[in-house]
Amino acid sequence: MTQQELAHPELAGIQVDEDSGDISRSEVILKGALAAGAVYGTFMVGPFVRKALAMSDGGDVGILNFALTLEYLETKFYEEAKSRAGAKGELKSLVDLIAKDEKQHVEALTATIKQLGGKPVAEPKFDFPYNDTAGFLKLAQTFEDTGVSAYNGAGPAIKSKDVLAAAGSIVQVEARHAAAIRIQNKEEPSPDAFDPPLDEAQVLKAVEPFLA
Amino acid sequence: MAAKDSVSRRQFMALTGGSAAAAAFLAACGSDDDSGSTAAETTMPAKSGGSSETEQFGKGDLGIVNYALTLEYLEAAFYADVVKSGLFKGAELKAIEKFGQEEAEHVEALTQAAKALGGKPAPEPKAEFPLENAKAVVELAGTVENLGAAAYLGQAANIQSPEVLASALAIHSVEGRHAATLNGMLGLPITPDGAFAKPADAATVLKSVEPFIVG
Repeated sequence: MTQQELAHPELAGIQVDEDSGDISRSEVILKGALAAGAVYGTFMVGPFVRKALAMSDGGDVGILNFALTLEYLETKFYEEAKSRAGAKGELKSLVDLIAKDEKQHVEALTATIKQLGGKPVAEPKFDFPYNDTAGFLKLAQTFEDTGVSAYNGAGPAIKSKDVLAAAGSIVQVEARHAAAIRIQNKEEPSPDAFDPPLDEAQVLKAVEPFLA
Repeated sequence: MAAKDSVSRRQFMALTGGSAAAAAFLAACGSDDDSGSTAAETTMPAKSGGSSETEQFGKGDLGIVNYALTLEYLEAAFYADVVKSGLFKGAELKAIEKFGQEEAEHVEALTQAAKALGGKPAPEPKAEFPLENAKAVVELAGTVENLGAAAYLGQAANIQSPEVLASALAIHSVEGRHAATLNGMLGLPITPDGAFAKPADAATVLKSVEPFIVG
């Protein structure tokens, strides 16, 4: 697959590396989700995640661990951005706000996984390829849109109504971040009437090659 | 499926009461500001779902879909009136038209969903909105979008059909995007509830939109 064919080449550059030799299922799904987003666009992420989680059969803990991996990525990304993205003024305040929200998502997901009797996954190592504010913003937009699609894709697979409601309260915040970042990028805050668009049958067929 | 749901639900409820972070996370379910529903929800079998407030629009998922459809009709009508008011032009007008178009698409999708559930789509309510000046209109738009996002969040856990839930989630986050955009325009926090958005129950939402419905 050459760079020109990628809908989001910046996603293809993300490195997600486990600390130990033991690659968690969540990391595998996250890598697949990023690959689906890179090749087909972020609207493919939700359906990919939905199918991958259904196939991995990890129950609510599996879904929460996937969400935790995603929130680890976002937290690390925004924490790093504080000193690396060259953000000033309004954007700096936004980066600080989002970093704080994502950190709270990590804490809440970790605690909830433990309460459900599960083991929270370890934080993987990430490497974010950008050199300036514009590169940061582009990646931020893709992560936030990916986050929204991933939570929306996972939602119907969640068994516990309480976990579903709580995941809903997180995805709405991700959507709000996405809109604010998009405005910083001078892009439409809500590009489509549906997050993600609902032509799922086609989408599932397209992401099939990424599923083990 | 229903039995499995209620089992995991019971296990989950038995586990609650641990750390502060998890408590805060789950408080986002709205049990804290909706004292009446908590006890009822824990004992209610998952299958019966729905809240009594949405039952006036139909049973179960149909009631929820028609409740959402009623709200989307109001949002779409509001934006259409704002566009016609001549209060906005240029980039602002374009943004309002875009949001209005998206609400109209939600109306269409929910109408189809109601039909797919074998029901009759809710009728369009007759509505009137105060459109005195641009600032007041943006404020009202912000209120409506934040309320709309909270309304969807308040119903997510009541929806039984995975397909209806997937559609509702796809709309919910778009309402969140609209709300954040308008909050930004108004100089208000983009995430007014912090890291966890708060839901609103149907009774609260319907009471809030009542003043705009004229027939």
